[in-house]
Amino acid sequence: MLARPSTKTATGLVASATRSYAVPVFATGCLSSSRDPRRSYATVQDATPKKRQYGGLKDQDRIFQNLYGHHGTDLASAKKYGDWHKTKEIILKGHDWLINEIKASGLRGRGGAGFPSGLKFSFMNFKGWENDKKPRYLVINADEGEPGTCKDREIMRKDPHKLIEGCLVVGRAMNATAAYIYIRGEFYHEATVLQRAIQEAYKDGLIGKNACGSGFDFDVYLHRGAGAYVCGEETSLIESLEGKAGKPRLKPPFPAAVGLFGCPSTVTNVETVAVCPTIMRRGGKWFAGFGRERNQGTKLFCISGHVNNPCTVEEEMSIPLRELIDRHCGGVRGGWDNLKAIIPGGSSTPILPKKMCDDQLMDFDALKDSQSGLGTAAVIVMDKSADVVRMISRLSAFYKHESCGQCTPCREGSSWMMKMMQRFEKGQAKKREIDMMQELTKQVEGHTICALGEAFAWPVQGLIRHFRPELEARVEGYKAKAGDEVFAGGWEPNSRRDGMLIAPGQ
Amino acid sequence: MASKLIPSAARQATRSLSRATKSRQTQQFTRPLSTTPQRRSEAMAVHRNTPINNPSIPFSFTDQNKAIIDEILKRYPPQYKKAAVMPLLDVGQRQHGFTSISVMNEVARLLQMPPMRVYEVATFYSMYNRDPVGKFFVQVCTTSPCMLGGCGSDVIMKTCEEELGVHSGATTEDGIFTLLEVECLGACVNAPMVQINDDYYEDLTPETMRQLLKALREVAKSTNMDLEKIPRPGPQVYEGVQRMTCEPRPGKTSLHDVYDHKAHLRTDGEL
Repeated sequence: MLARPSTKTATGLVASATRSYAVPVFATGCLSSSRDPRRSYATVQDATPKKRQYGGLKDQDRIFQNLYGHHGTDLASAKKYGDWHKTKEIILKGHDWLINEIKASGLRGRGGAGFPSGLKFSFMNFKGWENDKKPRYLVINADEGEPGTCKDREIMRKDPHKLIEGCLVVGRAMNATAAYIYIRGEFYHEATVLQRAIQEAYKDGLIGKNACGSGFDFDVYLHRGAGAYVCGEETSLIESLEGKAGKPRLKPPFPAAVGLFGCPSTVTNVETVAVCPTIMRRGGKWFAGFGRERNQGTKLFCISGHVNNPCTVEEEMSIPLRELIDRHCGGVRGGWDNLKAIIPGGSSTPILPKKMCDDQLMDFDALKDSQSGLGTAAVIVMDKSADVVRMISRLSAFYKHESCGQCTPCREGSSWMMKMMQRFEKGQAKKREIDMMQELTKQVEGHTICALGEAFAWPVQGLIRHFRPELEARVEGYKAKAGDEVFAGGWEPNSRRDGMLIAPGQ
Repeated sequence: MASKLIPSAARQATRSLSRATKSRQTQQFTRPLSTTPQRRSEAMAVHRNTPINNPSIPFSFTDQNKAIIDEILKRYPPQYKKAAVMPLLDVGQRQHGFTSISVMNEVARLLQMPPMRVYEVATFYSMYNRDPVGKFFVQVCTTSPCMLGGCGSDVIMKTCEEELGVHSGATTEDGIFTLLEVECLGACVNAPMVQINDDYYEDLTPETMRQLLKALREVAKSTNMDLEKIPRPGPQVYEGVQRMTCEPRPGKTSLHDVYDHKAHLRTDGEL
């Protein structure tokens, strides 16, 4: 039997060889009593790491100075507050320097997956790329549709020049010839602001032929979508931009090889691109100075739901969740103890109950350790008055509506899931159907072309993981009201008597 | 053999007769056909000819829109003209009021695409209205963040239904409003919100929602559609405070002053 040896045995006495072999966890504990005996891997660490409090970003370190509409969106104001400053010098540094700078900054994609941006951009400069005379595209994903997320909208309607300059800088880093900005169709006003900014930049010679006088040609085009959440997925966005229904493509070939119009292209989020010029001007090291290791930088957080003052704010990565809410949103409605749960990064990340929120850091790795994700950093807060089951059920309805219908597991699964969740809202189900839902999500996850399958599976998995007692209580409640347990599938207890055909075992 | 000798009509008749007698005898074993109500969150993806929407109604773009189309086509590589199908359908919808089959056919002709490819696009995306909508198309966001934020979208939806007298998906009798429940519109920190035509109205309460609908009805009913009288889009007054955009309601918690950007440039001499 493998009993967990007590700390005393591990540190005080020399543990037997077999035991320390069987439980390698404690091998380090035996060697040094000063270290935490419960460390799970034998790592060498000479000094205790510096305790650093994250959060409380200074105003001078905020990239999006115009987040609250301090000044206009025109070129003159943008230039006055630092945009388009030394852009020519930056792009003349060459693609290797640009990509190394992004790598040094530790920037990870802000669209949800958190892939290292420098690495992603470098995929475009594969061996022999210069022999290929085809155009190369940078595609900006501004199809912001994830429930909870409203950060790219603020960038586009208030800091459009940051985005356009970003297109040029990132476009140069991957030797692209043009950028397409795919903005969601509902953002009509934002598209107007952006289009005006693009025209201003063309007129000023900042983009277009001989952009910024650097000798490179670079075009920026705007394309409006028409209301499909799935077009936020990169290959589906490319399909949509090519004038087809937005149904994701199989990968490989990856877009960096065969993308938009059959040419090498890369799809990136608005925020990732918009921060790049500032990183270049202030240095990758400056950006890497924020946040924990591998989660560096600043980030726009959108906090919605049951907080006193919902807002969008730029903060340091790794800020504790509680501080984020207390400092910027005036706390949870009714105080921190009134918190029930949060969804930390947009609708597709699993929900976290209050006990996990107390000391949660907001970054990619910390949230991954909590079996959730940072996603787009859209925090949805629910206090005790919120109906968690109904919230998740509404999200299931959302994913059912937005599934493109290409892959069977997602098309059918999302609609089953919605129907089951709507029954669970009332408790009109059998308890074993909770496990059935879990199984259903596991059947969908990883069996679809794009990540929409995961996106609808995860919120439900999170709900089952943390709020199973609540689901069971609802079933009990319905049972008490209806007199007897319902049949699986939601059939009322008396339906067999009424002549309904109920299969045996239901 | 029996099938050949007895004509099918007679066979059917005897069968149904015997069935009828049987069912009278053993009523408890009849199986009622169980159906569930159909949930139609979106319009049917099939076209049926109607007097106002059929291929024989001619449609062509106005000269002004033709100029816009030329401008749009320049954005895409010349051999990929069909990439412009989405913007063109949008222009067509704005001109015609909705995306009728004639609009789709005209777009297909302009872009030299098979019409079916255009139909595919027009049915896939939710912003192409293939049926006429009211003068003001009220789209209420009801996804989770809007459901939670502010007074909640349930209240807003209820207010709209009461004020307009129609449910989601319907147009009022006077043809002024169409009400529709939609998915996340991406203004979650300003929840609850509605989109009316192209404008976002945010931070709503039942009172402001009602005022807004009343004001719009007056605008629509006035003889000359005075667009000046349309309430200002964006955040509305909520608990006595009107936000500019997405800042915290009692006042900013960051960005109190703007820094001198030149003082913070990199110092390693790379630039």
